[in-house]
Amino acid sequence: MLESRNIVKKFGSKAAVDGITVRFEPGHVYAMLGPNGSGKTTWMKMAAGLIKPTAGEMLFGGRPVDLESRKEIAYMSTEPYFYAWMTVKDVGKYYADFFPDFSYDRYLRLLERMELTEGLKTPELSSGMMAKLKIAVTLARDAKVWMLDEPFNGIDLLARDEIRRSILEFAADDRVLILSSHLVEEMEAIADRAVFIKEGRLAEEDDLEELRDSRGVSMADRYRAIYGRVEVEA
Amino acid sequence: MQYDPNSPIWLQVMTVLETDIVTGKRPPGDKLPGGRDLAIAFSINPNTAVRVYQELEKQGLCETRRGLGTFVTEDAERIAALRKELALRAVRQFSDRMRLLGISREGAVTLIREQEE
Repeated sequence: MLESRNIVKKFGSKAAVDGITVRFEPGHVYAMLGPNGSGKTTWMKMAAGLIKPTAGEMLFGGRPVDLESRKEIAYMSTEPYFYAWMTVKDVGKYYADFFPDFSYDRYLRLLERMELTEGLKTPELSSGMMAKLKIAVTLARDAKVWMLDEPFNGIDLLARDEIRRSILEFAADDRVLILSSHLVEEMEAIADRAVFIKEGRLAEEDDLEELRDSRGVSMADRYRAIYGRVEVEA
Repeated sequence: MQYDPNSPIWLQVMTVLETDIVTGKRPPGDKLPGGRDLAIAFSINPNTAVRVYQELEKQGLCETRRGLGTFVTEDAERIAALRKELALRAVRQFSDRMRLLGISREGAVTLIREQEE
């Protein structure tokens, strides 16, 4: 459904994404993993149509990502993106104006789940509440692809449970969910596939239950193997 | 629920459901949650939840009735056999542990008796 072919993004002479070919199919929850600066966020921004690739292609349903496909691809970035004057209600209205697939009813249900109320002013939200608001406003869309960049960062244990629950409710046969996080253990059970990005390239792609079934290996084990420093023998 | 990330999640969830069937927490003929609800309740991927039901069905522990859902088997013999399977699994774990600790078969039996007294 969503794929990149040999996609490259350079900032000056430095390649943030250096030739990634990867394909995301509906009916799966993907964990997109990699340390800071590995290129995950840049890849997601190209998929969301927010920045243009230097070379290669980003395809949605076989066609290059453009303004049309942005209606089908929901992206939650790590950066805060609400104006200081906004209340939680304003945020919903703002989104409803931007995205025809945004459902205010679903937004209200998600707010209730996340224990947020419409009257709250965004500058007064704690970082955990802000993170929950970003999730609620993103999941209130009816997209085909959801990309959530760091959905678990800076959020307490109970809120993480709520977020996991909301994500699982939205997973469906005709949808792609891509979660990027440093918190690998948060995603072991909810993701079924993992995509490891290293230095702007695709390092590995795994079916997680297959990994556990055949080799007794966890996603965290692979993470350590791919990114860990090689121990020097004494 | 905490999972061991090194062994298949479907197997861990399946073991929980098997235990529920044997203990009567999920009695014969009981309707099991739908795939999505199971995924949410156990905080697992929906495809993993599907796999859990496929395996339970393969083992004759539940059956899916079209349009109605998935139900615990009403076959009492099958449930009795499952009880024995789960008991054997526990015994196997126990004996592995005793062997690791260097305790003989007789020593282990004595320990069980002492514990019961």
